[in-house]
Amino acid sequence: MRNTVQKIVQKAGNDRGRLMDILLEIQAELGYVSGEVTDQLAEELGISRVDVEQTLSFYHFFRQEPRGEYTVYLNNSLVANMMGRVEVAAAFEKEAGCKFGSVTEDGRIGLFETADIGMNDQEPAALINGKVFTNLTPLVVRELVSGMRNGKKVEDMIRNYGDGKNGSDLVRAMVHNNIKQKGSVLFSAYSPGEGLTKALQMSPEKVISEVKDSYLRGRGGAGFPTGLKWEFCRRANKEVSYVFCNADEGEPGTFKERVLLTEYPHLIFEGMAISGYAIGAKHGVLYLRNEYDYLKAYLESVLEEMHEKKLLGDRILDTEEFGFDIRIQMGAGAYVCGEESALLESSEGKRGEPRNRPPFPVEKGYMDHPTIINNAETLCNVVKILKNGSEWYTMLGSQESAGTKLISVSGDCKYPGVYEVEWGIRVKDILDLAGASNIQAVQVGGPSAECIGPADFNRTISFEDLPTGGSFIIIGNKRDLIGDVVTNFLDFFIEESCGSCTVCRTMPTILKNKIAKILTGHGVQQDLEDLQDWGSKMKMANRCGLGQTAANPVLSTLKNFREKYEGLIRKDVDFDSGFDLASAVVDSCEHVGRTPNL
Amino acid sequence: MSKPVVATTSLAGCFGCHMSLLDIDERILDLIELVEFNKSPIDDIKVFTKQCDIGLIEGGCCNSENVEVLRAFRKQCKILVSLGECAIMGGLPALRNGIPIKECIDEAYLNGPTVSENTEKILPNDDELPMLLDKVYPCHEVVKIDYYLPGCPPRADLIWNALIALVTGDEMELPYEVVKFD
Repeated sequence: MRNTVQKIVQKAGNDRGRLMDILLEIQAELGYVSGEVTDQLAEELGISRVDVEQTLSFYHFFRQEPRGEYTVYLNNSLVANMMGRVEVAAAFEKEAGCKFGSVTEDGRIGLFETADIGMNDQEPAALINGKVFTNLTPLVVRELVSGMRNGKKVEDMIRNYGDGKNGSDLVRAMVHNNIKQKGSVLFSAYSPGEGLTKALQMSPEKVISEVKDSYLRGRGGAGFPTGLKWEFCRRANKEVSYVFCNADEGEPGTFKERVLLTEYPHLIFEGMAISGYAIGAKHGVLYLRNEYDYLKAYLESVLEEMHEKKLLGDRILDTEEFGFDIRIQMGAGAYVCGEESALLESSEGKRGEPRNRPPFPVEKGYMDHPTIINNAETLCNVVKILKNGSEWYTMLGSQESAGTKLISVSGDCKYPGVYEVEWGIRVKDILDLAGASNIQAVQVGGPSAECIGPADFNRTISFEDLPTGGSFIIIGNKRDLIGDVVTNFLDFFIEESCGSCTVCRTMPTILKNKIAKILTGHGVQQDLEDLQDWGSKMKMANRCGLGQTAANPVLSTLKNFREKYEGLIRKDVDFDSGFDLASAVVDSCEHVGRTPNL
Repeated sequence: MSKPVVATTSLAGCFGCHMSLLDIDERILDLIELVEFNKSPIDDIKVFTKQCDIGLIEGGCCNSENVEVLRAFRKQCKILVSLGECAIMGGLPALRNGIPIKECIDEAYLNGPTVSENTEKILPNDDELPMLLDKVYPCHEVVKIDYYLPGCPPRADLIWNALIALVTGDEMELPYEVVKFD
């Protein structure tokens, strides 16, 4: 064991900055990272044990204890629940003979939950030893568990492969792309190199001004003007700078990057090379969420192919002056790492805690070098803008939102999947495309954005009205909006807070308790006012986007579905603590052997 | 006009807040000119003998007796004040809140390093004893609390200023020194 660890550390150049890769590799070899290994790592890397441990304990997919030969991570997101996760989970527990959060006695099967794995269009889904299993049913679970009992290889349990590249030799996944609508920018004809060729004919400054003229804004959700970001970074004018592609889509309900990575990886990498040329960077890093580990080997082969075709490498397209390479940085399961400064921390081998800003990454980013971080979809747009010109691009979309947007549609509808639409499309039109009817609400932009009702279905998807990173969850009339939707989203934020800011660490739990109180019939008017008042403090009291928006599931439903809350609260009293003495003493009385005398 | 009536109690607290109340020093003579004490450790009146105006609560609720006393205070007092960290947030006793009550009981009566005599492994279960709650509750999670005076303990000046404000109806003085805690 000592030798294995030593070799892995040496392979990573004894570099503490590569701790994420080191831990992932150790886990792949040894199953988990024991205390003994942790000590050895600290020793080999010349850092303290807690430095190793704080990274190790931060991410969902790192294990400090054995989690079974077969480790099942069942997605517990809202849409998974809507599609029957509860029955699937029960089947797993029954068949395996252990509860979620534990491992069978013989150490063979471990059952665990995880947050959204980017498969909302084919839920319930689970990761088993890194392989994706979609559209699970209790029957399928029975077969899977029996396969595990018989020592079957996980890859042999996959019966059918998905469409497109999902079926290729290096992917072999049962995932389906579900591209439901192609548009004129991203899902359109493309041959690798066409954007890069155009770019290299221009000066880097001209490339930046072309992107600025296109009014392209970041597609991750925040919508910062891409050209401006590049200009800031170029202005920093340092010898070393970096391009990062953020492929850590963790917002529940988005899965469009999964499709881009599967079908258009060249487009993403070419976009990275163009941005590298524009800002004067020679190195790019694709930060890939661990849930998409099944695409890693394939993506690496694409990088290789692009090297061969001189679309990457020392002398791109045989030019003297421009060289650019890309490496893939794996995440290990943490929503907050989609926040750009947390992503950088993680890439440096640390806990994914957002940094204080300023300085912004364009001045001081990866390893303190100027860095741009762009969403994968943004980078794909860049290639097409360079190919067809900014003028073409601005013809598409709405006033303040040029171009098209990939929308990941899931939930209660006939056709879940990815739709490329022009910015400015009405919510109603997307609902029609997706074949949705009897709709109670739509969660636009994921839990951190807004939940709207039918009165708002004429609003448009755009930066000027309803911005979105791409998540579009349709919630039918029969769903319990507060009990199921809001509570699930709060659970998500409780789990995913990095814990750095006190208010983010505690408030989602406080809000959840209050909602539970309302749901059990003990809510009063004051509770609604508290939810509003306390929830709104999140925006000012937390450092990053996660904390600032973590109360949005409550705030936006309070705003748009007030009547649902009003219907649940008591109107006969102005105070009800919800405290129940009888249930509070049950446990202690039972343990000491007495009958409660109330 | 009769004097406002004050009652005080210590639930799951350490009496530190009551000590702090005594720290108003000679002003206690002014205080008894201003108010009358009813049920309180200050005058050792054990049961309420009349309706009160102000109840000061030290400590949160860790057992059924705490809950009963707190509810009685809510019934008997027009205004209830949570006095100090334990009443407001559970304080030190709430450190047990992350641990199941069964484990806490076992640690206290069976497994703890200071347990030596309990060879018959007896867990206290007499009907006369208060029943332990599953966790320690701050007072406002049990009854309605009107005001909160933070601190561990709240400074004597803070308690004094609050009582004066409540009795006179004037706005409370909150100078920085009284509410800073570091």
